[in-house]
Order: sequence, then structure tokens, then C-alpha cells
Amino acid sequence: MSDVADIAAFQRHARPGLLLLWPGLFLVVFFLVPFGMMLATSFYHRIEGGFFEPAFELDNYARLLSPFFGKVLGFSLLISSLAAACTIAIGFPFTYFLTRLRRPAQVRWLVFILAVLSLSEVIIGFTWSSLLSRTAGLSNILVWVGLMESPQAWFPSFQAVLIGLVYIGLPYSVLVLYPALSRLDRQLPEASRMLGASPFQTFFRITVPIVRNALVTCFIMVFVFDLGSYLLPQVLGRPEHWTLSVQITDQALFQANIPFAAALAIFLMLVTIGLVILTVVVGRRRAGA
Amino acid sequence: MSALLRNLLLAAVGLFLALPLIVVAGISVNQGQQLLFPPKGFSLSWYLDVFAASDWRNALQNSLFIAVCSATLSVSIALPLAYVVWHRGGGIARALFAVGLAPFTLPPVISALGFLVFWINAGGYGQMYATIISHSIFLVTLPLVTIALGFESIDRQLIEAARTMGATDRKLFATVVLPLIRPYLISGFAFAFVLSLNEYIIAYMVSGFTVETLPIKIFNALRYGYTPIMAAVSVIFVLVAVIVFSLIARFGDLPKLMGAWSGDT
Repeated sequence: MSDVADIAAFQRHARPGLLLLWPGLFLVVFFLVPFGMMLATSFYHRIEGGFFEPAFELDNYARLLSPFFGKVLGFSLLISSLAAACTIAIGFPFTYFLTRLRRPAQVRWLVFILAVLSLSEVIIGFTWSSLLSRTAGLSNILVWVGLMESPQAWFPSFQAVLIGLVYIGLPYSVLVLYPALSRLDRQLPEASRMLGASPFQTFFRITVPIVRNALVTCFIMVFVFDLGSYLLPQVLGRPEHWTLSVQITDQALFQANIPFAAALAIFLMLVTIGLVILTVVVGRRRAGA
Repeated sequence: MSALLRNLLLAAVGLFLALPLIVVAGISVNQGQQLLFPPKGFSLSWYLDVFAASDWRNALQNSLFIAVCSATLSVSIALPLAYVVWHRGGGIARALFAVGLAPFTLPPVISALGFLVFWINAGGYGQMYATIISHSIFLVTLPLVTIALGFESIDRQLIEAARTMGATDRKLFATVVLPLIRPYLISGFAFAFVLSLNEYIIAYMVSGFTVETLPIKIFNALRYGYTPIMAAVSVIFVLVAVIVFSLIARFGDLPKLMGAWSGDT
């Protein structure tokens, strides 16, 4: 009982108001206020020449209903879900094997994965555009080996964008799956093996069902992550491969239509929040099960 | 059989992740202006140019200064917030904590546009302090999460013992709590530092044409003409990240920081 009393006494002594002043000030003034401003701007009226004036009109949102932006949204959802599915198909078995390695080996892999994950999208766009280019690309190696006649450029193309998205999503998926898979009970697969199941059967019959919720959560998180890629579709794809994030950047910076960019951003945010709520619901079900 | 399959998959994924970096490392040592792979000749002059060419050196200095300042600022925001949440909780603290997690969860373009609209209205557009503050808010999630993990890992019995011996809150924080969470503080700072160095979209939207950082320089080069300096900068960035994360692993418990239970393997 005295522990509880001690902790309670310890907690009474603190003055959280003062301590919260600094973080509160920053998060409210520099995050919530900009957010409110962006929301307000999405209703503003655009004036030719890149300026805008306060107004309350729904024109920016009405433009979202145009067939062009319908197509952009459809394409964004399609390529992001495709990329997330490919990412998990590679990332899940990879992370599973990673967590079975000895600890020093795990640490080396984690350092490498974190380094790739932290790389700027600008740098990743540049490296992949080099790798798929005619002058410095993979095709040179194939020519050298004798598999191809002459080097080729493999971008811009849909496949190039897809590969780029899988590349940025993969290290992210590993970090999302790592906690769940490294806490996995090792005795269950062992028991399954002792009862005569093959490693293949064990993986799909025992391991996959246990971590199904973690997989669903990971899929949604990688999907949102890919949806947020603002540069790869632009560098590795053609204009018809531009996703919602690229369009927002383009509208804000190059078309100088900030009100419309804001409406697009609010829309993207609603899609994201919907997906995040879905993740939480899946998490709850896991906790309940 | 299963071990072979495992090693094959690990190697394949490692190759996929490393391949573009290998090609870029090759490009960075080309002797001429062209971006060729395999490289023609061998020269480290493009690496020297990152430090010697005045425009790239200027971008490098901007990037480093912004990264150090914004990482410091975001740790200074995260530490008191995580402390209050751990120490006594409360609705306001928890709500602020949730706000702190938001910027990193949403697609970065959304925060970037919010910052753009804010700084145009507030008058800081194109100023370096606008980039620093925006980065510190965008990246605050990282120190917030690592420091919160640090507080959770503190054994409550230690605190009781110190209190029984008559330590005040302030003394307790300085002599017991702070030393225990120091590795988490440092890794929070390191994550924010590396990600600020690499961050492009917010820096570009908030002050793209006046405060050039290295990622902005690379983006401009992507649009207006490739140069092997881009490859040299990319290699330097990979090395910086590997060194920083290796140091975190050396002085802290990386698997635990990433969410594994410690000591089970």
C-alpha cells in the first residue's frame, strides 16, 4: 500500500501546467494553427497570378468531383494498394527470418534498414532513376553479361513507380512488423514441427494466423505511407502516374493555386484518418481476441 | 533446406535495398561530368566539390545548421511533454501527446502545405527559422516516442527508494530519471537530426528558393540537369545515417528501441 501512496505523493508534487507551457505553445501555434489556416484556405477564392482572397466557397471541393481528379484518386489508391501488397509479400517473410537471427546480426540489419528508411525521397528518386537509366542502369550489366543486345532506359513507366514505392515501403514495413514478430511465441512453431508439420505448413498454418491483425495494420500503414510519396511518381513515372500527393505539390508550387491544393490536402487527410481509424479498430479486435 | 531458403531471401532483400546505393556509389567516382555505370576512371573530386563548390557547400551548411537546431528544439518540446504524461498523465498532456504523434502519421505533403500557408500569413516565409521550427514540429514524433519508451522502462521501485531517502522532485529528476533516460534522449535527437537532413518537401514549401538545403539542391539538379555531385551527396547521406544508427546501436539497445522484448535471443 505504501508504494501506491508514495507514487501518489510523488505525482501530487509536480506542477504540470508550467512544464506543459513550452510543448503546448509549440504544438498549438505551429501545428494546430497552421492546420486551421489550411482548412480555412481551402474555402478561399483564388485570384489569377497566384494570390487568393478570403471567401467561403466550395468551388475547390467541387473540382475534386471532376473526372480528372476521380482518375487521380483511383490511380493513387490502386498503385498504393498494389505497392503495399508487394511490400508485405516480401517484408513479412523477411522480418520473420530477421527476428530469428542472433541479436548482433539483427542489430546490423536494423542499422541498414534504418539508414535506407531515413534516406530522402529525393535521393531515392535519383538513385532509382540512375539504376533504371540507359547510361548507368542495370541494363548495362545485362549487356555486359550478354543477356541483352544494347542498354535500355526502363523509366518513366508504371513499373518503375511501383518498384520505387516498394523500395520506400519495405524498410517501413519491417519496422512495423518487427515488434509483433519478435514477440511471437517460439514454442508454438516448435510444437507444430514436432507434431510433424513441414516448415512451410507451420509458417502458413500457425505463424500467419497469429499475426494476421499485425499484417492488416501493417498493410494499412504502408498503404498510407505510399499514398504520401510526393516525388517518386513524378521522377519515375509519366504525368498519368502522378498521385494525389504529387498533384498537391504541383498545385501549390507550380500552378500557384494554394486554395485548391489545400482542398486536396484536406481530402487526402480525411482518407488517411479514415484508414488510421480502421487500424485502431483492427487493433482493438486483436486486444479483444 | 529452411536455412537455405532463409539466407536466400535475406540476401535477395539486402541486394534489392543495396543495389541503387551501389550504382550511385559507382557513379560518384566517375572522372568526367557524365553519370556512367560502371564508372569511367576513378576520381574523388565530386566529393571534394560538395565541400568546395560554393553553392553546394552553402546548402551543406544550411542543412547541418537546420538539422542541429530543429533536432534540439524537438527534443526540448518532447522531453517535458513525455515527462508529464509519464509522471501524472492528465487529459491535456495526453491530448498534446496525440497532437505530437500526428505530423508523422499523416502524409508529409499535408503538414508541408499547412506550414506554407502559416508562414505566408505569419511572415516567416523564406526565412531559415521557419524551416527550423517547421522541421522541429514535423519530427517531434520521434523524440516523443523514444523518450516515452525511456520513461516506461524506468523501474518504479528506484523512484520509491529515492523518495524514501528524501529526494525532492527536482533532485530525483536530475540524479535518477535523467541518467536513466539519457540513451533514449540521444536516440530521439539522432533520429530527428538524420531525418531533418533528409527532409525535402517541407523545407522546399517553406523557403525553397531562399534557404537551399542539400535535398533541395538535389531536387533542382533532378529537374535541371544531373551532376555526379548528386551521387556524392547521396553516398555521404547513406554513410551519415549508417554511422549515426550504428552509434545508437553501440550505446543503446536497438532491438528494444524498435519494440522487441529485450534479452530473449
